[in-house]
Amino acid sequence: MQPFKTHTGIAAPLNRVNVDTDAIIPKQFLRKIEKAGYGKHLFHEWRYSDYEGTRENPDFILNQGPYRKATVLLARDNFGCGSSREHAPWALADFGFKLIIAPSFADIFYNNCVKNGILLTPLKSQEVDEIFTFIEKNKGVAISADLPSQKVTAGGKTYSFQIDAFNKECLLKGLDSIGWSLQFEDKITAYENKIKTQHPWL
Amino acid sequence: MRGILCKMRSHEIKRSMPSEGDIMSKTMFDKIWQDHLVRDSQGDTFLIYIDLHLVHEVTSPQAFAALRENKRTVRCPRKTVATMDHNVSTRTKDITKVETTSRTQMEALSQNCHEFGIRLYDFKDKDQGIVHVIGPEQGLTQPGLTIVCGDSHTSTHGAFGSLAFGIGTSEVEHVLATQTLQQSQPKTMLISIDGKLGKGVTSKDIILFIIGQIGTAGGTGYVIEYAGSAIRALSMEARMTICNMSIEAGARAGMIAPDETTFNYIKGRDFAPKGADWEKALAYWKTLPSDNGAQFDLGLNIKAQDIKPMVTWGTSPGQVTTVDGVVPDPESMKDAVDRTAARNALAYMDLKPGTKISDIKIDKVFIGSCTNGRIEDMRAAAALVLGKRVAEGVTAIVVPGSGRVRVQAEKEGLDKIFKDAGFEWRFAGCSMCLGMNDDQLKKGERCASSSNRNFEGRQGPGGRTHLMSPQMAALAALEGKITDIRNYAAI
Repeated sequence: MQPFKTHTGIAAPLNRVNVDTDAIIPKQFLRKIEKAGYGKHLFHEWRYSDYEGTRENPDFILNQGPYRKATVLLARDNFGCGSSREHAPWALADFGFKLIIAPSFADIFYNNCVKNGILLTPLKSQEVDEIFTFIEKNKGVAISADLPSQKVTAGGKTYSFQIDAFNKECLLKGLDSIGWSLQFEDKITAYENKIKTQHPWL
Repeated sequence: MRGILCKMRSHEIKRSMPSEGDIMSKTMFDKIWQDHLVRDSQGDTFLIYIDLHLVHEVTSPQAFAALRENKRTVRCPRKTVATMDHNVSTRTKDITKVETTSRTQMEALSQNCHEFGIRLYDFKDKDQGIVHVIGPEQGLTQPGLTIVCGDSHTSTHGAFGSLAFGIGTSEVEHVLATQTLQQSQPKTMLISIDGKLGKGVTSKDIILFIIGQIGTAGGTGYVIEYAGSAIRALSMEARMTICNMSIEAGARAGMIAPDETTFNYIKGRDFAPKGADWEKALAYWKTLPSDNGAQFDLGLNIKAQDIKPMVTWGTSPGQVTTVDGVVPDPESMKDAVDRTAARNALAYMDLKPGTKISDIKIDKVFIGSCTNGRIEDMRAAAALVLGKRVAEGVTAIVVPGSGRVRVQAEKEGLDKIFKDAGFEWRFAGCSMCLGMNDDQLKKGERCASSSNRNFEGRQGPGGRTHLMSPQMAALAALEGKITDIRNYAAI
């Protein structure tokens, strides 16, 4: 995984609440056995006017001018809800998104993003409102996030966000989380031995 | 009830501070969580042991591939169990007739399970079925376990008093390699439902009602324990329906304390503890329910008699109302974000504000899924269908949740009742809940569905979903429109 320290990029406003992972990547694209190549199907049903994905829908934000190169996504509450499919962050990352700002994120989606080097910054609803207003007035403007200081900067204002210390470290170092857990193999073995005695039916 | 009021909307939430003497009391979640800690936390992140890992064909291939790439192996193959459910055909057991990419995924799962020594219920196995139906059915799902699967509806298994939740593919790989997961500790919420449910009201209506109350993000960051006399009175199948849709309320997991109903359901099943082990397990399981005075971070009280049969009108499970209600007017909504969401939903659903829910005509009916594809659901739907006919122009399919459900239903003659009425009777699988196979809505088609998600395109691109109980889905098939079960003479 690529480490994440800071990022600055064009922010696309996706003014929808409860964006579910079915909308991020529909089921017909989940039949692959690889992790790569999902970006072209990102937001498929909103992004294209036809099922085959040959005609772009000009009303959809990512088909408009500077937003084709957006790397920051601004969204509303409960972004990434629904299915646990990690294909959603794979598609977002493959399109180029590095940073998503919203008032709240679904739990499983949040974990999946951390595992794929995408930073999610939960901000207060009114702060997200402010950033929506700012980027809608300044189309194609860049927004920054700095992970070490846990700050988002937009239009000269800075906003603080919370992140769990371990997730922060994983992102900053691009940590192999399995490698990290396997450092504690002796503890896992000790747990298994204890369970064998305490819960012999397992 | 112990709680700190924060983001819940209901007026019924009580604010109270913990009192001394309650400090030692634990919730069921606390007990299971603490029993599974492998080491102390790093920051807010813990390493927890996973007792049971369920796997299906869609979210696992990349995990197995990454294991191979990194020269890792499966730490404990017997603690992982796999099945094929998401893209199996419900029309044929002939894999050569299945679409190529789906077939590739199923073959990859076979290969992976063979290579790593994992038990697999493949598409031809008589016990194959939806992962969240076969876990409990086989007796794999037991109280006190930590259970994960690369599938958000893993919350289903919490109905047995286990801690069960969905994970992503990277986490599937992590569990395969280490039999553990890195997790931050969720908060706890207690939802207590007391009293007697009204005529025609099911556990599906309970969970849709709850989602309507707390919203689709109301449970984010929480594990919900469902309690109260209305929950205690439910069968295991009905409890599973509630825990299943906890994820639609945003919750990490849903749980119900194990009791005699739970123990009776598990006893004698294939993987249930036997003999002396049964007695030991039972003694442990009885220690699991939340202690009196245990503190939850949030609480909600619901009176069972306040719950009516529920139907979704929008494209999010929180966009739900009672079957005797009307499609709401977005312009009357105070919150701008809700208003925009409702406008988008009504445009997608092609519905006008003020339309009576019971006037909405439907084209298709789907009875099945990990939410409502169990034998009890089949029985309840069949009881309403007996001797009737599916309305003209309506296509209705019944998809049992597993091979065992299908066999049991056929023993009871339920398949005949459905077929005689004009329903299609299919093989087990996830089917039209998410339309990964060829069971899909066409653009513009409207479906009465016993499944769990009414997202745009969920049941097929451009398809429109109304979620409801399997009983009301069956009635919609007969009437050709959404129908209030309480007005139905057979109830």
